[in-house]
Amino acid sequence: MKSIREQVAAWARTKSPWIIHFNSGSCNGCDIETVAALTPRFDVERFGIVQHGSPRHADVLIVTGAVSKQQKDRLVRIYNQMANPKFVVALGACAAGGGVLQNCYGVLGGADKAIPVDLYVPGCPPRPEALIDGVVKLLSGIKGVENAK
Amino acid sequence: MPKITVPLGPQHPALKEPGNFMLLLEGEEIVDATLRLGYNHRGIEKAAEARNFVQATYLIERVCGICSHSHATCYVTNVENIAGLEIPQRAKAIRVVIGELERIHSHLLWLGVAAHEIGFDTLFMYSWRDREYVMDALEALSGNRVHYSMNTIGGVRRDISKEAHEDILKKLDILEERTNYYIHLATQEPTLHARTKGVGALPKEEAIRRDACGPLLRASGVARDVRKDDPYLIYDQLDFKVITSDACDVFGRLYVRVFEILESIKILRQVLSNLPEGPFAVKTPFKIPAGESVTRYEAPRGEDIHYVKADGGPNPARVKVRAPTLANFESVSYMLTGDQLADAPLIIAAIDPCFSCTDRATIVASGKQSVQSLKDLRTYGIEFYKKKGIDFTKVK
Repeated sequence: MKSIREQVAAWARTKSPWIIHFNSGSCNGCDIETVAALTPRFDVERFGIVQHGSPRHADVLIVTGAVSKQQKDRLVRIYNQMANPKFVVALGACAAGGGVLQNCYGVLGGADKAIPVDLYVPGCPPRPEALIDGVVKLLSGIKGVENAK
Repeated sequence: MPKITVPLGPQHPALKEPGNFMLLLEGEEIVDATLRLGYNHRGIEKAAEARNFVQATYLIERVCGICSHSHATCYVTNVENIAGLEIPQRAKAIRVVIGELERIHSHLLWLGVAAHEIGFDTLFMYSWRDREYVMDALEALSGNRVHYSMNTIGGVRRDISKEAHEDILKKLDILEERTNYYIHLATQEPTLHARTKGVGALPKEEAIRRDACGPLLRASGVARDVRKDDPYLIYDQLDFKVITSDACDVFGRLYVRVFEILESIKILRQVLSNLPEGPFAVKTPFKIPAGESVTRYEAPRGEDIHYVKADGGPNPARVKVRAPTLANFESVSYMLTGDQLADAPLIIAAIDPCFSCTDRATIVASGKQSVQSLKDLRTYGIEFYKKKGIDFTKVK
């Protein structure tokens, strides 16, 4: 049984998660689909999801693209700047495991090579519906989180 | 007043992609700007050498997610030139259809991003809503919203069905009406004028001197468009105008792009109304002979140049990509100098930068021009990275 404090915290987190988008070496495909998910046709704002520029304000980090060796340190830094509890979504085939770019000399691999990932959304690029589905799954997952990370 | 340096990027809300601009400020005014690239360098050109000609098509498509058809068309045209293939007229027409739909989607996307940078989020939402019509059309034709994978060596992979054909024409009517609304907005709306006129000035002489291309160059009053100057596919049979503006600022770039959407709609109607009959692909020879080829293509952002060298083997011996954004970056530091810090994201967005296209490796050795063989470059690259602790001799 969760304490009342934990229940209130879980309820508050699922109401309005703020996302930050980080391009770790993506081809732009996943990025434009992320933005498309914010615009009227798909409109993730109806779930209370708002995109924010500062990692210090964000709850969910959306990583797109295979992590390039140049971007790895920056990605880790952005992740460390986020306040707890934080969640990471690896969007697209490249962020999930390198995709077509695995074994390229400038590429480290998927996002999980640099930071812990909570949710993978596959596709090249994933459709905005897939992203919404992923975020909804993440939200229902947060409800069940026993201890904040 | 002391000068301070403000870094913009690699992660910045105004930049959707990683790039770094070091802005030297005197008060609010930018006095100098330097650009740092390479955060997105993945090594696609090298990876293409490890794949066969057909596989490389889909890899090259992933150089950029917004102008993926441009890169893929450029690459397959090169391979077709080397193999001496003549592709059917219908395939050429279908490539033009996808290319122009891509241009409309890219320009609408830019309009939204630029509107977002000036704080006009209503326009951002409007233009992205209308962009979905184009995305639907692209999905109906190719099966995917972003990486269409329509090109293959010798033609295209899918035909345009009669239903899809009528559906696109209906969507074009809606898009034309909406584009006219944006033109009205761009020419009449005082807030847009106040935020874009006189911002990021790039005079004609400077644009030519700095080798700008695409809408950036056309907005500085130079009518330069590969579709007109060096027609490829079936552009020589089509009637369209090259849009230019003498405004030489962000407003001019806005003007050029919204009018280009109308021209693209005009091209699409012409192509779709008399689509040539016949096959949409020819059989590819099993072996691509040795040879080399260069192709130019007018991507939504400007002139895209690809070079492919084949040595008779199963894989390309060398693939080189020169994306339009690389040419346009030369002008960015000039445009930023003398402007306000608050305008910096808008000025950068105004060239419609695409870092994933741009991040290729180049050597400039102590300012001297020199000719280096591929072997020398390879040795140099391996030594350069050895110093950084990465050993490429182990990489296959």
